[in-house]
Amino acid sequence: MTQYLIRRLIQSVLTLFVISIILFGLISSVPGGIMSAYEENPDFSAEDIARIEAKYGLNDPVPVRYAKWVGNILKGDWGNSFVSKRPAIQEVKDRLPNTLILMGSMLVVTLLIAIPLGIISAIKQYSLFDHIATTIAFAGQSLPVFWFGLMLIIIFHVTLRRPDGTPLLPGSGMVTLGAPPSLGDRIEHLILPVSMLALVSAAGYMRYLRSSMLDVIHEDYVRTARAKGLRERMVLYRHALRNALIPLVTLVGLDLPSLFGGALFTETIFAWPGIGRLYFNAALKTDYPVVMAVLIIYSALILASNLLVDIFYAVLDPRIRYS
Amino acid sequence: MKNTLLRLTFRRFLRHRMAVVGSVILLVIVLLIIFAPFAARYDPFEQDLLNRFQPPSPQHWMGTDDLGRDMWARILYGGRISLSVGLLSMVVAVVVGSLVGLLSGFYGGWVDSILSRITEIFLSIPRLFVLLALGMFLRSLNLPYIKAGSFAPIAIVIGVLSWMSVARLVRGSTLELREREFVVAARMIGATNMRLMFQHILPNVFSPIIVSATLGLAGAIISESGLSYLGFGVQLPTPTWGNMLSNTQNQMMIAPWTVIFPGLMIFIVVIAINYMGDGLRDALDPRHFTRE
Repeated sequence: MTQYLIRRLIQSVLTLFVISIILFGLISSVPGGIMSAYEENPDFSAEDIARIEAKYGLNDPVPVRYAKWVGNILKGDWGNSFVSKRPAIQEVKDRLPNTLILMGSMLVVTLLIAIPLGIISAIKQYSLFDHIATTIAFAGQSLPVFWFGLMLIIIFHVTLRRPDGTPLLPGSGMVTLGAPPSLGDRIEHLILPVSMLALVSAAGYMRYLRSSMLDVIHEDYVRTARAKGLRERMVLYRHALRNALIPLVTLVGLDLPSLFGGALFTETIFAWPGIGRLYFNAALKTDYPVVMAVLIIYSALILASNLLVDIFYAVLDPRIRYS
Repeated sequence: MKNTLLRLTFRRFLRHRMAVVGSVILLVIVLLIIFAPFAARYDPFEQDLLNRFQPPSPQHWMGTDDLGRDMWARILYGGRISLSVGLLSMVVAVVVGSLVGLLSGFYGGWVDSILSRITEIFLSIPRLFVLLALGMFLRSLNLPYIKAGSFAPIAIVIGVLSWMSVARLVRGSTLELREREFVVAARMIGATNMRLMFQHILPNVFSPIIVSATLGLAGAIISESGLSYLGFGVQLPTPTWGNMLSNTQNQMMIAPWTVIFPGLMIFIVVIAINYMGDGLRDALDPRHFTRE
């Protein structure tokens, strides 16, 4: 087991290394250099650009710049944002909690919807409930998530009003500006962004759990459990569900890239000050240090979660051999 | 013989009611888009600033946008780009995925190790974030044909980031097929590796490839719309269903129709394609059909 873990860890680090080379190569191969975005900017003269390029060694060969960049990152220096002039890593750190709040709440809500619906649909296969739930889930999987967010704003922020004429739910930000901070206010601001992501991803998880539950229900050990006279509840929850949840854990872990992507849309639409919005603005303004910092950190998080899934899987399922 | 197989498959497809409904809806939309000049009375680029933000009416079925352009015309012409991007990225993804899967399943050993590592690398990048970076890269190239709203670069980029599931699928099937008697027999009478891969194995993987191509098409349409919505895909004024939605957020109060219709088109087309894929899966894989 330890040997297996060490090998997987080394693999992940190597993968991250390769990813960083690819991404760095991509960004550095922008024709005219990364300062080319400023060529048409009246605030920058050609001399300014040449001076900046010389100061930051932007004319060095790409491998030399890559080595310097990695060296600096290992020392904790990710470069300064072109826009805010603050350290890029500080920009990311400042927004990480906001993104974690959003993604955490979203994951909890997703599972709270998907697990019960998936179980009921599987147990009552082909019932009216199953048909309705799977149809809605199918539709949910076909929704463009950003448009769904816009629709939620139109319905719950623009159209529906409280008796006093103010919008039913807030449509942007994390708190009401100028209002005294309160938990209720924060939760109200979470409702729409979280629903946008949770309803769409719950659709996929629900369909997945339904089919893995259906697979498990027909396994021999479930029949054995029934045959030895266990109550149906015990059979379903102790024997079937436990095994059906294992693939769901994998799915959640491997789904991280699309969760990050979903959060980028949510944060852009709901003006949520998280990493997705930071990245979006950085990409708009070709703020390369921030772009690279977010790309590398997110890739590392995804690799780490893949590793965790493998470990979790190995611990949960004794049938897996670490070879 | 082949005809009967095709007819059986078709009959199984017809039994999937939603798949048939989806195909018909898709067909109607595709026809409308192809014959857009006849289906729309207005030019999609013609501005009419006196008639901005007109609600849907007999003159403008889906209303007009912030520059007074007819939404219905823009939806039809935008559909040309959106569907083309979807098709092109799907083709790229299927070709790359099938090649990678075939090679790594057929040769195994170090070829498989290297290709599998590459697949894993592509699976562990934050996809949308890299798409934005690539969109940023494409814009910085300042190529005249990108500015003119060309969609090919974006479509290829989307395809290059979405071939992994096809590769895994084809690799799995190839691993199993290469040990089958008919492949071993073909090898014994002297078939080359190329012939084994493309004549004997590939045709047997067609069914799952067709199904995942269909689902991939739906995914690619969603990817393009998201990317263009954020402003990193096909550039305005060329309309696509995605970029028609960008900057509409501040119009929601006065002109909700500019937000509702483009997204509704994406949703309808994607759900129709997904149901079609579902039906194709049932029709092409009888084992799957009997189990459901």
